[in-house]
Amino acid sequence: MSSNPAIAVTSADRRSHRDARHDAWFHRSLKACALLVLAVLLGAALSTLWGGREVLFGQGWHFLTSDAWNPVADDYGALAPIFGTLVTSLIALVLAVPLSFGIALFLTEIAPTWLRGPVATAIELLASIPSIIYGMWGLFVFVPFMARIEPALSDTLGRIPLLGKLFEGPPLGLGLLTAGIVLAVMILPFICSVMREVFRTVPNRLKESAYALGSTTWEVVWNIVLPYTRSAVIGGIFLGLGRALGETMAVTFVLGNAYDITSSLLMPGTSISSSIANEFNEAVGTHRSALIALGFLLFVVTFVVLLISRLMLRRLARRAGA
Amino acid sequence: MAVDIYIRRRAVNLVAMVLSGCAAAGGLVFLVWILWITLKNGIAALDLKLFTKITAYADQGGLANAIVGSLTMDAIALAICAPVGILAGTFLAEYANRTRLGATIRFLNDILLSAPSIVLGLFVYVIVVLPMSNLTHGAVSFSGLAGAIALALIGLPVIVRTTDEMLQLVPGTLREAALSLGIPQWKLTTQVLMRAALSGIVTGVLLALARLAGETAPLLFTAFGNNFMAFHPLDKMESLPVAIYQYTNDPNPALHAIAWAGALLITFFVLLLSLGARAFLKPHRSSHD
Repeated sequence: MSSNPAIAVTSADRRSHRDARHDAWFHRSLKACALLVLAVLLGAALSTLWGGREVLFGQGWHFLTSDAWNPVADDYGALAPIFGTLVTSLIALVLAVPLSFGIALFLTEIAPTWLRGPVATAIELLASIPSIIYGMWGLFVFVPFMARIEPALSDTLGRIPLLGKLFEGPPLGLGLLTAGIVLAVMILPFICSVMREVFRTVPNRLKESAYALGSTTWEVVWNIVLPYTRSAVIGGIFLGLGRALGETMAVTFVLGNAYDITSSLLMPGTSISSSIANEFNEAVGTHRSALIALGFLLFVVTFVVLLISRLMLRRLARRAGA
Repeated sequence: MAVDIYIRRRAVNLVAMVLSGCAAAGGLVFLVWILWITLKNGIAALDLKLFTKITAYADQGGLANAIVGSLTMDAIALAICAPVGILAGTFLAEYANRTRLGATIRFLNDILLSAPSIVLGLFVYVIVVLPMSNLTHGAVSFSGLAGAIALALIGLPVIVRTTDEMLQLVPGTLREAALSLGIPQWKLTTQVLMRAALSGIVTGVLLALARLAGETAPLLFTAFGNNFMAFHPLDKMESLPVAIYQYTNDPNPALHAIAWAGALLITFFVLLLSLGARAFLKPHRSSHD
């Protein structure tokens, strides 16, 4: 009789010990998996740095400032791919930001409620189309389309002094402008969905006060909604920029793959990602190292852009939580 | 004067409304345009040969090895990233919700979500393909396994994020009720919380599959491609996106037709998956409140 409670105590003890041990192991394995996310990011940076060390450390500034790309002479400069990546991404932003703003405005303020869900889903579907499909569509359908439009562009915009320089050249269809437009369609859903989400966080009483003072819908959006959500909207734009910088397959098909730095947007060019995709499997030795070094540059740039984007977006999340 | 201002404000408003409507219409035009072209060209080239013959026959062949390769690599990729992603997401939601470590990982996971996939491909090339080739003296270099690992890295952040968000939606009272019964935390997590958030977690896995199934860039220098049927994960493996890429780059129009058929398969697989995942989540979410 007297030993029973003692046994009960020790078995309960043992069980709680066992539970504690299991809990500790469970905790550790979850933590290991979570740390893997850190390891992947760090590993991507370090492995590309390691793979590109021959060019990055061997050539140093020459790699960043030279526009030569000559696999025969083993002379590599990243300027042309960097130029192409930046120009196409900028074109994409210039087109996608106002479009996304318009769509977000339509979806939050203008469209009748029954229309909002379906249109929003359709715009988000643009984001789930694989980029290789954008590439095929771009090459077989959009490039010929642009080849027909470009003479008109050269005739009209090309006559404006200074600005006209951007629209000179033969109407190839391929080139920086075409790649920029395809990129714009690809990043539009990302910017748009951020804008739509943050526009909805604006407190109704702010908007209603402005309407009560006699503001038009446009004035409410421009003077109330946009200032209130400014940092998150910029975050959304940087998110789109990050996407555009790293996009590969679609750009590879429509950019033309020419290592040139031109003032005309109608000329073919190359980008960091398309250089890697096009050449990596035929490259050996220094050439391969140069391509991996390009990958390292791309990773660092997109990381910084996405970092800014997330910091801007987080500020709003904190305010919405408070 | 006052009337002028009034009219001008109305006009500005009208112009803005019309332009915004045009923007929405423009977005829809591109969606319909791309889907219509894919559907038209894809259906025209749809053929039984697509599923029975391999790419080695070129324009007389099909995409059988690419379809098998894609399915194999997608399955292996999911088998890697689903458990890891779910556990990592659980850590963020249940153990590190308010800690600095948790905030950092969540933040970096969001960055990984939009990181360029081609760089992840290079990463896997450097840490998997090169060492394997050195270890086996070139016998094994590019492999389906390496491709699957690259794809897993693409799917991972999607699953981490969805799992994290879905577990945070589970009411705290459920945790307290279970803990007050003396359940250890690992049992609470696996048997109560994960079950409550199951549909959300499955949605995350489906979204990850939709995301990684269409990826091309990371496969180019990990799985490489293979004109013949390959089942072994250490062989080079063809995949649907890479086959489409190669055929599109080829001047032969007969290969373009096959590429369109492949594009149709992959586009509708991915679109149905992401639409399905949404539909799967919706009734669940509304039943919670």
